[in-house]
Amino acid sequence: MKTRVLSAILLASTALGGAAWAETTLTIESWRNDDLTLWQDKIIPAFEAKHPDIKVKFTPSAPAEYNAVLNAKLDAGSAGDLITCRPFDTSLGLYQNGHLADLSDLGGMANFSDVAKSAWQTDDGAATFCVPMASVIHGFIYNKDAFAELGLNVPETEAEFFDVLEKIKADGSYIPMAMGTNDQWEAATMGYNNIGPNYWKGEEGRLALINGEQKLTDEAWVAPYRALAKWGGYLGDGYEAQTYPDSQNLFTLGRAAIYPAGSWEITGFNAQADFEMGAFKPPVQNAGDKCYISDHTDIAIGMNAASPNPEAARTFLDWVGSEEFANIYANALPGFFSLSSFDVPMQDPLAQEFVSWRGECGSTIRSTYQILSRGTPNLENETWNASVQVIKGAESPEDAGKRLQDGLASWYDPQK
Amino acid sequence: MGASRIKWHVVVFLAPAVLVYTAIMIFPLFNTLRLALYSEADQVRAFVGLENFRRLFGDPNWSGAFWNALGNNFWFFFIHMLVQNPIGIALAAILSHPRLRFAAFYRSAIFIPTILSFVIVGFAWKLILSPIWGIAPDMLDAIGLKSLFAPWLGKEEYALTTLALISVWQFVGIPMMLIYAALLSIPEEILEAAEVEGLTGMAAFWKIKLPLILPSIGIISILTFVGNFNAFDLIYAAQGALAGPNFATDILGTFMYRTFFGFQLQLGDPHMGSAIATAMFAIILLGVCVYLFAIQTRIRRYQF
Repeated sequence: MKTRVLSAILLASTALGGAAWAETTLTIESWRNDDLTLWQDKIIPAFEAKHPDIKVKFTPSAPAEYNAVLNAKLDAGSAGDLITCRPFDTSLGLYQNGHLADLSDLGGMANFSDVAKSAWQTDDGAATFCVPMASVIHGFIYNKDAFAELGLNVPETEAEFFDVLEKIKADGSYIPMAMGTNDQWEAATMGYNNIGPNYWKGEEGRLALINGEQKLTDEAWVAPYRALAKWGGYLGDGYEAQTYPDSQNLFTLGRAAIYPAGSWEITGFNAQADFEMGAFKPPVQNAGDKCYISDHTDIAIGMNAASPNPEAARTFLDWVGSEEFANIYANALPGFFSLSSFDVPMQDPLAQEFVSWRGECGSTIRSTYQILSRGTPNLENETWNASVQVIKGAESPEDAGKRLQDGLASWYDPQK
Repeated sequence: MGASRIKWHVVVFLAPAVLVYTAIMIFPLFNTLRLALYSEADQVRAFVGLENFRRLFGDPNWSGAFWNALGNNFWFFFIHMLVQNPIGIALAAILSHPRLRFAAFYRSAIFIPTILSFVIVGFAWKLILSPIWGIAPDMLDAIGLKSLFAPWLGKEEYALTTLALISVWQFVGIPMMLIYAALLSIPEEILEAAEVEGLTGMAAFWKIKLPLILPSIGIISILTFVGNFNAFDLIYAAQGALAGPNFATDILGTFMYRTFFGFQLQLGDPHMGSAIATAMFAIILLGVCVYLFAIQTRIRRYQF
């Protein structure tokens, strides 16, 4: 009897003790291995200070392997509770396969605009499955010292832009623009989709293309190729074999004057370059035209539908939607801009420059990302190829537009 | 009674190899062939028979890419046969020369690239040939031939040949070693007898040694064929999965990888990917059969 009471007390105490110390551990899957220290030193401590009962672990994998690794883990049931979401179809596929939970009713979602959420919604917008974290903005970063040395002003229009390039080329001490075509994606991402929104009027053109009201052979979609075709003469010697890291190094070593950029370069460039940098937005066709920028929704975070800790995971995601998170993230990673509707103050001057364009220009996202790259031939891959071919002069802008249009029309009903 | 008894020790000793080989080679191979007969629509996998192959060869979007990759693959193989094997034979003939000094050093130096990883080879050559930091333009400049330099890896017309030559550089040690071994196994008496008959130097090589090493050359050719049609790593390491410029370096391996695993916004399609893998398997099987039945049976063998 005595022993039974004792064991009962012991049992109860372990149960109680267990309850009192219950602590949930959440694991985050991500491809941002560059951000490991940021998460460990800033984001996670800030969250844990508010929610001492939840521990968070950030476990990133290599960017190029992330999609494959994540899919394998999800199928095997060993994926983390929280999943960093790529934009559009990759994440939509995960949601449709039941791997991502519906988060439409999450409180924090109210802090995001519809455009911000569009990358992580079903096509009809009925369900949102990831909390938007950040976007990247396209534009051009330039070497301020070089511009001062050559007495150049920041170009506003296309004509001024090529005028500046011509002057740098004529002077000869700098490569006018640092970009190569070896890796292909820069030509499409930093080329076509960087300057393009000014021609197709941002969201207006992008949505018209999705609805089938515009075609890739229309002037608005061919004109950016016509501008790109002129770039070839201003890229460095042997740009055909120049890789992305080559371009970054050429610019940060001060050998090139202009770098067609995405804002994600800011952190790296700040660390590497020892000259002053500035940024200018993609040039408009005529002075006074309304400007449009590519403010691309890039990263979000969702919940593994099979997570054993849905409550804790939702608590964390709710916090990701808060002003506190937006502040920490945007300032620790200048160049990844918060998508929330909070007014987030930033310290980095280059990042401020980029984000200031949101006030004066219309924001859009990369034209090929939503819906249009679902079929074969894949419009995004084709755009990489076409942009490179046009820059090299191997294909005329009109032919490129026609090829892309034919490819898209072959599988996309609204374009048939 | 003794004859019908199962020899258990044979089964036991064979079992580990058979089981492991079945689990990691035979089963996946046949499963891939099976996967090529299915398709997926709305998250449901359905049997579609040969529909994937009809698409691969009938739909211009797919067949264009497939024939381009196959053509590139043949060019890749052609360069290897044209450059790698003759150089390998020549090196072996020189190395087996009895009066050559430092033969062991040359042998190792030429063979070492073979054991390097594709990633290292791809990256190192990309740097060597880089128009910006590479030593190739500077070296050409030093001998006054700068005008011959082009960003080879970035030009549609040169990229595949350049990569094939890089691959030749990496693997020339293998034919060299195999031929070298074959040359060493030729008995001295035969060569001496030839010498008595008046055959020396180059004539001895063409008339005596070459016929004797033909079977080895056959084996090397078939190894090169299988290796080239399975190639993927070097192209992926040097040019990425999109095998630029303008798919000029796209071979069956990179085409299969892109289709199977997806690329950037292109989602992976394991079924079409398996169909391409099956086509690759068929091409390699056909090549090996042609060799086995049409060539190997006709090569005369000499018994010493």
